[in-house]
Amino acid sequence: MSMTTILQHCLTGISLGGAYALIAIGYTLVYGILRLINFAHGDIFMMAGYFMIFAMASFPWPVAIVITIVVTTVMGVGIERMAYKPLRKSPRMSIMISAISVSYLLQNLSTYLFTAIPRGYPEIPFLKRIFQIGELSASFVTVLTPVLTLILVVLLMILVNKTKTGIAMRAVSKDFETAKLMGININGIVSVTFAIGSLLAAVGSILYFTDRMSVTPFSGTLPGLKCFVAAVFGGIGNIPGAVLGGFFIGIVETLLVALGYSTFSDAFTFLLLIVMLLVRPTGLFGEKTVEKV
Amino acid sequence: MSDILLKTEHLTMQFGGVVAVDDLNIEIPKGKIIALIGPNGAGKTTAFNVITGGYQATNGAVHFDGQIIGENTPNKKMRKIYGGTDQTVFHRRVVNTPDKITRLGMARTFQNIRLFKDLTVFENVLIAKHCHIKAGMLRSTFRLNHLEEHTMRQDSDALLDTVGLGAYRDAKASSLPYGKQRRLEIARALATHPKLLLLDEPAAGMNPKETDELALFIQSIKDSFELTIFLIEHHMNLVMDISDKIYVLDYGKTIAVGTPKEVQNNPAVIRAYLGVDEE
Amino acid sequence: MRIKRNTILTLAVAVVLVGLLYWLSFNQAKNGMLVSILQKSAIFALVAVSMNLLNGFTGLFSLGQAGFMSIGAYTTAILLIPVKNLDGVYYMNGVSPFIRAVKVYLATLPDWFQAIYPFIALLLGALLAAIVAALVGIAVLRLKSDYLAIATLGMSEIIRAICSSPQMDKITNGSYGLNKIPNFPPLLGGLIPAMLTPFIVVAICITFIMLLIRSSYGRAFKAIREDEIAAEAMGISLVKHKAMSFVISSFFAALAGGLLAMYMRSIEAKTFSISLTYDILLIVVIGGIGSVSGSVLSAFLVTASKEWWLRFFDQPLNILGWQVPLFRTGFRMIIFSVLLMVVVLVYRRGLMGSNEFSWDRLLGRFKRKKLSEGGVK
Repeated sequence: MSMTTILQHCLTGISLGGAYALIAIGYTLVYGILRLINFAHGDIFMMAGYFMIFAMASFPWPVAIVITIVVTTVMGVGIERMAYKPLRKSPRMSIMISAISVSYLLQNLSTYLFTAIPRGYPEIPFLKRIFQIGELSASFVTVLTPVLTLILVVLLMILVNKTKTGIAMRAVSKDFETAKLMGININGIVSVTFAIGSLLAAVGSILYFTDRMSVTPFSGTLPGLKCFVAAVFGGIGNIPGAVLGGFFIGIVETLLVALGYSTFSDAFTFLLLIVMLLVRPTGLFGEKTVEKV
Repeated sequence: MSDILLKTEHLTMQFGGVVAVDDLNIEIPKGKIIALIGPNGAGKTTAFNVITGGYQATNGAVHFDGQIIGENTPNKKMRKIYGGTDQTVFHRRVVNTPDKITRLGMARTFQNIRLFKDLTVFENVLIAKHCHIKAGMLRSTFRLNHLEEHTMRQDSDALLDTVGLGAYRDAKASSLPYGKQRRLEIARALATHPKLLLLDEPAAGMNPKETDELALFIQSIKDSFELTIFLIEHHMNLVMDISDKIYVLDYGKTIAVGTPKEVQNNPAVIRAYLGVDEE
Repeated sequence: MRIKRNTILTLAVAVVLVGLLYWLSFNQAKNGMLVSILQKSAIFALVAVSMNLLNGFTGLFSLGQAGFMSIGAYTTAILLIPVKNLDGVYYMNGVSPFIRAVKVYLATLPDWFQAIYPFIALLLGALLAAIVAALVGIAVLRLKSDYLAIATLGMSEIIRAICSSPQMDKITNGSYGLNKIPNFPPLLGGLIPAMLTPFIVVAICITFIMLLIRSSYGRAFKAIREDEIAAEAMGISLVKHKAMSFVISSFFAALAGGLLAMYMRSIEAKTFSISLTYDILLIVVIGGIGSVSGSVLSAFLVTASKEWWLRFFDQPLNILGWQVPLFRTGFRMIIFSVLLMVVVLVYRRGLMGSNEFSWDRLLGRFKRKKLSEGGVK
């Protein structure tokens, strides 16, 4: 492989990683607060893909993007209200099963509504413009993804660290019960968390599918699980960790495909997960917690 | 063979920078009731957890019934930040999981009752008998050990009668009144055939009458099961009544040791409890 | 008295069921659909019970069932594909010479061996899965609930990726999958027709799991489910018992996988994707987490509804020229998803909760109903 091809693959990898990072943040935020793996998060991301297809059919792209983001966010918050909130006090297993059921429902619903045949993803002309940088060629979206990701992450970090809502979010993730006693509106904070997660998933979805060009009811499953792994890799609950994890997995996956091990690119992610959980269960930047007896 | 059943040597437990138990040296002779007291957060439950294998000590050793069941020395990062007062070097590293220690003959109860809530009273006790099962999984599945199984069930019933829970045999554990739940937890611990019984605040939440009953109960099981008892307790009346020796902890350090009378009049103890210095 | 009544009732139901199955075995041609659905239900009942052993009785939320099924299915399939069909099945990349040599040798063995060979194949698949489970278990069983779920799910995907990888072409036929797998073999030298084999195998396996759950070891599993820390303090080794439950569960999942390969006659890696595990989870949740009879009942109900009773949801329906809306492909699965959500959110205990089937309960319920009806008057 020549240097150019390697660089070319790295560029693709970084771009994919950016989209992964945005989804991974959703997992990390929700897990940080509810200690729940939101199995439906990947499917929310998939649904955002369909929303975009339909929005683009009747609106110009700037309006369509706004519609997609708003609808996805509302859906994410709605799912939390309907499927997770009633189970706050139930055992961990119940709420996890509820998340799996939501994922099952979204997949079946989209199969029913949109059939299992891949749907073409609309092209947003300016995103698809090809750039030549030396011998490298890349569409605008490839370059935009990592940049946009980093901007959003910086904004999110400011939100989490500087605003009152952000401080409340951190309080809830540190200690759910105490935060409640301190008068924090838990339900409000959980909703905000799901809203942010879904919003980022919607943005990630636009960037991801513009590159992939088609959506099926199952296109959310694997990216979803991979992004969870990214979140674990970085240390669950830790936003920069999730971003780093997303980029790492995106790049390695792209390189594995380039080397001809495409069937193993998914397996690699899970192997990474298992190894990580065994060697350093708290992830790269996670905090260690001791369980009280 | 000595008559010391449990002995800790320079036992230290450190979480990050916090030394929860510092240089704890306890000797528990066979057949005695020994108490561990101290204000909240003194490190009593942590000491229990280290002794029963729940946590691995940062430094020190635990001897039980003639063998070392836990030993450690500060290593890696801990060596740098080690804040315990005792610098004795322990070389070996002995780690036993709590289940192994229970099988050696040390059983415990928990401060915040931990029963198998959805199972019956009888099952709670019967499960504790499992730790000494001889039959393997296949033999047990095909009931080739029906004699053993029969004995286990009979013993469990006998035990429930002894502790006065026979009438509640088929009730769900979580449906018992609070005092009976405490008693069931003790019965469950007894079912593992312990030599040493560790009770973590057995009288917590009990009224004076129930506490008196508990004192009698502890005395009676000590005699009938030939036990040695090590307990953490806040009810001073109970502790003073039944203990042969008392250890007082404060901020992880042992501030007094002695008979109930000696401890009661010890100025350091009074200071720890009443906080005279601070005022 | 009551015990006697219950025994009689149980025997009566058993006789009726066996009679029905036996009758079906002679009238297979006319009832192909029914036979096929019952067989599939039985196989899923076994997987569901095996999953329940882990999730419901040991409290380990594992999502690796599909992975272990694929180990069983592939092993059984590779061992059973007749030598004469090998070239046809592995038409793209050929078969590994070692597998061919072993199979050619095995084909020369006497008839009695050929009669039990399919069962040996099933057992080997299950054993292989058990070994994999033991190795994986050492690593992942230390993890807490949700991490365990995602790690086992990941492991299942890794197994699937290995099965479908080009590097395994000569063994698993990569992404082309395997076909021409022989159907169920007859039992006891033809005394019991082949059609009944899956029911008998499944019944034996479920009985074993039931006995295990009721043994001292089963009680230890329940203790771990209720409170790990207390269980450990009662002298129950978490490592040993969790591994035991995980290995046994995987063993039976793989056995069911082998049966599924015989049932479907052809398999591919895609069959064993995450959604298969979700399908099984659906059965377990609807049946009641912690109830073997619930899982069995639910496996039959869910499979029958999916493949048969609720098929009409997927067909456009005309009533007096009026096209009923919503009825088209995929609607059935929506009904299932909604049903699952309802069970999870509202009727959390499923069909049976954590109780087992008992005549007293069933009859008692009717009696109570009668009483309450009387009360209204």
